[in-house]
Amino acid sequence: MELNNQPQPDVYSEKDLDRTEGEGIDFVKQQHQVQIEDPDSWQNEEGQQNFMLASADALINWARASSVWPVNAGLACCAFEMISTASSRFDISRFGMEIFRPSPRQADLLIVNGTLTWKMAPQLKRIYDQMAEPKYVIAMGSCAISGGLFRNSYAVVPGVNTVIPVDVYIPGCPPRPEALLYGIQMLHKKIKKQKNFAKRKTA
Amino acid sequence: MALKTETFLVNAGPQHPSTHGVFRMRFILDGEVIQDMEPVFGYLHRGIEKLSEGLTYSQDMVFTDRLDYLASMTNNQAYAVAVEKLAGIQVPERAEYIRVIMAELMRISSHLMGVGFLTNDIGAFLTPLLYMYREREKILDLFDMVCGQRLTYNYMRIGGVSQDIPEEFIPALKKFIDTLPKFIEEYEQLLATNEILLVRTKNVGILTKEAAINYSTAGPVLRASGVKWDIRTADPYSVYSRFNFEIPTGTKGDVYDRYRVKIEEMNQSIEIIKQAMAQLPQGDIMAKVPKVLRPPKGEAYGHIEGPKGELGFYLVSDGATKPYRLHIRPPSLLNLSPLRELVIGVKIADAMAIFGSIDICMGEVDR
Amino acid sequence: MTLELQAAEIVTKLEAALPGSTVESSGNTVVIKDEFVLKAAIYLKNTAGLDFNYLNFLTATDYTTYFELVYDLVSLEHNHKLVLKTRLTNREKPELASVFSVWKGADFQEREIYDLFGISFNGHPNLKRIFLWEGFQGYPLRKDFKQ
Repeated sequence: MELNNQPQPDVYSEKDLDRTEGEGIDFVKQQHQVQIEDPDSWQNEEGQQNFMLASADALINWARASSVWPVNAGLACCAFEMISTASSRFDISRFGMEIFRPSPRQADLLIVNGTLTWKMAPQLKRIYDQMAEPKYVIAMGSCAISGGLFRNSYAVVPGVNTVIPVDVYIPGCPPRPEALLYGIQMLHKKIKKQKNFAKRKTA
Repeated sequence: MALKTETFLVNAGPQHPSTHGVFRMRFILDGEVIQDMEPVFGYLHRGIEKLSEGLTYSQDMVFTDRLDYLASMTNNQAYAVAVEKLAGIQVPERAEYIRVIMAELMRISSHLMGVGFLTNDIGAFLTPLLYMYREREKILDLFDMVCGQRLTYNYMRIGGVSQDIPEEFIPALKKFIDTLPKFIEEYEQLLATNEILLVRTKNVGILTKEAAINYSTAGPVLRASGVKWDIRTADPYSVYSRFNFEIPTGTKGDVYDRYRVKIEEMNQSIEIIKQAMAQLPQGDIMAKVPKVLRPPKGEAYGHIEGPKGELGFYLVSDGATKPYRLHIRPPSLLNLSPLRELVIGVKIADAMAIFGSIDICMGEVDR
Repeated sequence: MTLELQAAEIVTKLEAALPGSTVESSGNTVVIKDEFVLKAAIYLKNTAGLDFNYLNFLTATDYTTYFELVYDLVSLEHNHKLVLKTRLTNREKPELASVFSVWKGADFQEREIYDLFGISFNGHPNLKRIFLWEGFQGYPLRKDFKQ
């Protein structure tokens, strides 16, 4: 093979798309330096309700809690414990959650599992924004809670609650499927306490 | 008059059920046929190479679990082999045999996942995958018995393993290995002569022998293209030279050959485990290693045959307790090098089958 | 066992084909001058008896006064290997010829070195950042990188 003197032809590469994506990432990184508060304040509010509204509330909350549909957003190792929970041994479909929707517009729960990097942060925010109210977020694993093992790295977000508000935190590295099921039961308890007709601040 | 058509750009984005993790592909499509493709990496880049320069050699073992998170035992073994080569540590016999048993069990588990997710991408939505999950849960029970963890074990140490195997491990392992061939036979009945699988995988994504070598691929991808190269026989490490096993190779290098090579490698792993159980000696499980390890100045490259290909660690030491430079040779990233060439000119559905057969893990691609 | 070739005999062969290219050698490592990298790669791949057709890995290290690039080469047919190194002393604008035309497996690895160290490769078809985003300031794996 002789020395190739011609310049190699350029391969397909969208430099403009990369540049706009890079600007988006820098913008998100600048905007989200402080952790967002957990949306828990509604649990302590009192609301005046009569008997009819209270039992309507109980019915609606029971229906919502029994069929929460998660969206498929596995980032790293914890995703495999979530898939194990959805498999035949630790069956998640007994809680009504077997349907993992690929599209966020049809889901109401976002389980963030795995390390979130700044490059992925705008995409996760976009998934969260596409979901319809009422929506819930579970942060699974220590990388999602606080950056975990990789907290000091130049490219890792120190906790998912810097970018989106979180309802339930499940510690572990990775948490066992039993721990994920316990976290989901805590989420069900939280949903059942919601007051749908009393005046409250929306999340 | 000819019909005016245009090509358009479609994003198989980072959040997608068929990309194995956070991987992005930009396709230029003309109808269903792919004109061009660009892969985009980096959505899981955590900076492991930089972080490991700030921790000592034995503390760096925890990062290696999270590289290829479906095969943590072999990652630990690769790092331990590299540091032992750098520091000149000799591992006792019992520890070597335990490492071989754990590595081969890990290989079976990882290939079960690889084949299961390939059939998932082709369209057999979840049925073979849940069957294979049944066996994988039994393997994870065995690992749970030994070290208490299901996914990221951190079981091996520099100089040996951290704990000895309990007494109930060998009978449970024997029971599992005796019943495993029957389950592999069950998968063969479901899949081997299935018309849909054969039509969708034969002659799809053919990678020639010269291309596979030039693109630096390794593991089942290289062996399916006809090259008989396996680190366990070419450059034996640990006690692999004492076992009799074959290296399955393919002939054409299409998706069907890569699937076939993985099933045959599972059978060979069963043979290795049987021989290792028969030869397991008594003795120490850990060499005499100083509490604070300071390897001599120099560099070393230690490599093993992982389930996805050759995994190696290049270490540079300047006499301190922390490594000066740690570089990971990523098998999944190099196996993805021919992806663009393989995908141009085929339909999108075939592109997903080709990508699924290469069997990558994003933790290793992006590190 | 993979045979690690002795650097001394490789140096004599390289000096015969490309005079003035080698700097030093020890063990199984040959250090050559950076302008000879592409010619040495073509020679090592095409010479009968050497046949280094497989690039195992390609990486770089930052020793504060110079960068060192490491090419690990293997011949699958003869089962022997060699380590080729080269040093770059220009820290402001380090650049080197790309070996993509010899071994296509160098594609992503050269992009990674450009991303994390800032070393440019002339002749690479698509040299841009691979793991970090466009607009990231600095090169993280250099020893003087501040967050």
